[in-house]
Amino acid sequence: MAVRWRRGPEAMATVTEQTLPDPTFHLVEAHSHEHGSGGGTMLGFWIYLMSDALLFAAMFASFGVLSTSYAGGPTPREIFELPLVALNTAILLVSSITFGFAMLAMEPGKIRATQAWLLVTAVLGASFVGVELYEFGSLIAEGATPQRSGFLSGFFSLVSLHGLHVTAGIVWIVVMLVQIGQRGLIVENKRRLMCLGMFWHFLDVVWIGVFTFVYLLGVLR
Amino acid sequence: MSIHSEANLDAELHAHGDTHGHGSMRSYLLGFALSVILTAVPFWLVMTRPIASPGVIAAFVIVFAALQILVHTICFLHVNSQAEGGWTLMAYLFTGVLLLITIAGSLWIMYHLNSNMMPMPTGQIANAP
Repeated sequence: MAVRWRRGPEAMATVTEQTLPDPTFHLVEAHSHEHGSGGGTMLGFWIYLMSDALLFAAMFASFGVLSTSYAGGPTPREIFELPLVALNTAILLVSSITFGFAMLAMEPGKIRATQAWLLVTAVLGASFVGVELYEFGSLIAEGATPQRSGFLSGFFSLVSLHGLHVTAGIVWIVVMLVQIGQRGLIVENKRRLMCLGMFWHFLDVVWIGVFTFVYLLGVLR
Repeated sequence: MSIHSEANLDAELHAHGDTHGHGSMRSYLLGFALSVILTAVPFWLVMTRPIASPGVIAAFVIVFAALQILVHTICFLHVNSQAEGGWTLMAYLFTGVLLLITIAGSLWIMYHLNSNMMPMPTGQIANAP
């Protein structure tokens, strides 16, 4: 890792030994934000995401095992409304690319554009959670409650775990909006935004599994 | 590592794959376009049933999901063999293996467990959890 030493009278000995080509009066570490502590953060956060994927794997497995235990209750075909799921899928997919635009605006340091795209992403995320809560509400009103059958217990725990993650992502976006508003796009905020981006895109990947294995294959069964 | 000039350092950062988490407009738009197609087709297949056999539709739906996960991983999560010295890719592949073992293993074991259980009287099935 290339660390250039601050040039001062006390550091003169080091500098002359290494014969710097050009004088620099700051630590280059700040420039290569992904290399120093940031490098460790990104990889560490990635490993957190992978362990989160294992949590989802356990939920998917239990849903898979319970997915035909209807206990005489409603079946997926009777209760799932695919147009609503398609709408939610579209919302989450669009929110993924708006977050991408926020990252692209962040790179050259466009604060206003970054904030605007983050806000759009948060609004889309909130509408995703809203549609999901509406779906849960209508299911419970029909009598398809989590305690009705093993299938419904598995369904509600898996889908609401994903919804909970999206909610956490929205809270994180709001926190980042405040932090960018206060301190601008400093190195730390950029690093946090990149972690948040990975988190958000990861949730979209999990949703692919949910709409495929829970909804589409459920209705086909 | 030795001392570099500003331009060299920048070039080196990119050579190390330190664009991780950034991506380009092109990769995001390409990923989005592919995702729209890979999402719309399975929904269309299940909602309109152009193929009679549910098994064939299910196979298509699963293949499209796998492809879309791949597209998201490359275009949105920017996983490649260079980022973080290849460790993100290694962690990703390892998680994939564990995912497969957990899900496929659970389904396999529980399916056999179910088929080896004592047959239940029909009256009890309605009350079973």
